Amino acid sequence: MRFEYTIEAGNFTKAGDASSSFKKILKQLNVDPQIIKRIVVSLYEGEVNIVAHANGGKVICDVDTSRVHMQLIDIGPGIPDIAKAMQAGYSTASAKVREMGFGAGMGLQNIKNNADELIIKSEVGVGTQLTIIVNLNKE
Amino acid sequence: MDSKHFHHALKISDEICIGCSHCMTVCPTEAIRVRNGIAILYENRCVDCGECFKACPVSAIFIDQDDFKRIQTYKYRIALVPAVFFGQFPDEVSQNQIYTAILANGFTHIYEVEMGVDLLLEEVKTYAKSHPEKKPLISSFCPAVIRLVQVKFPALTENIMLLKPPLDITALYCRKELTDQGINPAEIGVFYITPCAAKIAAIKSPVGEDYSMITGVINMDTLYNKVYKFIRTDRSTNPVVIPKKHLSKTAWQWTLTHGEASHVPGRSLAIDEIHNVIEFLEKIENDEIGDIDFLELRACDESCAGGVLLSANRFLVAERLRSYSPLAKDEISEKGNIQAYKDYLLRRINIQAVNPRSMMNLDENMEEAMRKMDKSSQMLQCLPLTDCGACGSPNCQAFANDIALGEADIRQCIFIQKNREQTGELTPDESLEMLKSIWGNNKFFSNRK
Repeated sequence: MRFEYTIEAGNFTKAGDASSSFKKILKQLNVDPQIIKRIVVSLYEGEVNIVAHANGGKVICDVDTSRVHMQLIDIGPGIPDIAKAMQAGYSTASAKVREMGFGAGMGLQNIKNNADELIIKSEVGVGTQLTIIVNLNKE
Repeated sequence: MDSKHFHHALKISDEICIGCSHCMTVCPTEAIRVRNGIAILYENRCVDCGECFKACPVSAIFIDQDDFKRIQTYKYRIALVPAVFFGQFPDEVSQNQIYTAILANGFTHIYEVEMGVDLLLEEVKTYAKSHPEKKPLISSFCPAVIRLVQVKFPALTENIMLLKPPLDITALYCRKELTDQGINPAEIGVFYITPCAAKIAAIKSPVGEDYSMITGVINMDTLYNKVYKFIRTDRSTNPVVIPKKHLSKTAWQWTLTHGEASHVPGRSLAIDEIHNVIEFLEKIENDEIGDIDFLELRACDESCAGGVLLSANRFLVAERLRSYSPLAKDEISEKGNIQAYKDYLLRRINIQAVNPRSMMNLDENMEEAMRKMDKSSQMLQCLPLTDCGACGSPNCQAFANDIALGEADIRQCIFIQKNREQTGELTPDESLEMLKSIWGNNKFFSNRK
């Protein structure tokens, strides 16, 4: 099953809406609560990244009985050095964004910690595409 | 813990219910439907918050309590009275009068529920320190909140603090104190004077406990009426002299909003009223809010002062308890005998893990759940999204789910009916029958009495 959400750039009051909607679906599908938590935490981080850094984007979530496959696609500045961006504490967030409690530089690392697989594709000046995969079978 | 058995104190009287759907609209867990002209409760979704009880215009929803006469089957009859009980009376009524009236109504002993608070508070601090991984800790105080977490936020059951609430501690204490005086335990009846439905449900099917120490439950309004009548009419009974203040300032205010949170070190938040609690738990579950150490969550507005079984205005009750308390001393030595039982009580203060009991899923089997979700979203696309409730479900989304679950028929929607009447798929008679199956026959007479 596929679920799509549009993410608005710069609107922090709506950051988290996609994660909350998708969370509700996962609960209805009887996914294990602890796995839901990992999915939602990583999706939320990715969602906030799009709101903060990009000029908008979308989230496409595909669910089957074995896994959740999430694509977060944005149009934005892109990440010049992905390896550096993965380091804890690295952040390009503006002071304004940091004041709001975002941009602590833990985002990508936090996604990686919660996901079973994280693929980052990015082109400077074009945009970033995150693919987050979480397996649904506990092993 | 058996999750299948789930006692509910909230009951709907089929005779009194007029099928107005007010309760269905306000239920925060969408646990109510209207069928055949009466409200029905999906018991596995209900968390006993009492919103429906407050909304019912004809008092068809009631809270099941023990017969007051039942106290007389015990030789020693303990009233476990919460502090908010005392806050209901007008200022001119003294605490001595209230104690006298409770005893005159048949009890032999009175224990304030919050006697266990000071002991608990020390333990909460230790617990918080030794469980740094469980942030934020969710207080185990409000049983409606515990049930809400189990049903709606299953991933957060791990955050619930596994310590007995003051009620259970004090119940243990009073039983132990009396048995130590040589009283036969079988002759002791411990009756809790409850401010809400959730506490009753927690006693009848305790979460995280094998059994409850409490013999029976009396609704607070029942005892309030008896006590107030006695105070207003009795002129002959000598007032009893109550022992010096049992309760510390902390204990008096424990069941009010911020009662717990203001004492727990670190970043502690107090949130009251069930919709506020739900809104906040959504964010906690998404990990949107970090760095919170402790959450005091209460289902009622103004916490227990707003319990559905209280007779006085919640703001006045809270204000009275806050003004009582400066009289009470805060030193441990003033708190009576409970300190003598500290070790006994602390050994028994832990409760078992609280298990998730998610009732959000469309099916246990994920493939089946996906099929039902597909069906539900197809149905939703046909529905008007007016959330009018005329179908007997609380909103269009819930109705779509009900159809997918096989518990409703799309022709219950009045918009669908109109469409199908026009295309000839449904006769006016058939659509009337459809509505009668939801709202009962009585609502369709032109001169309804």
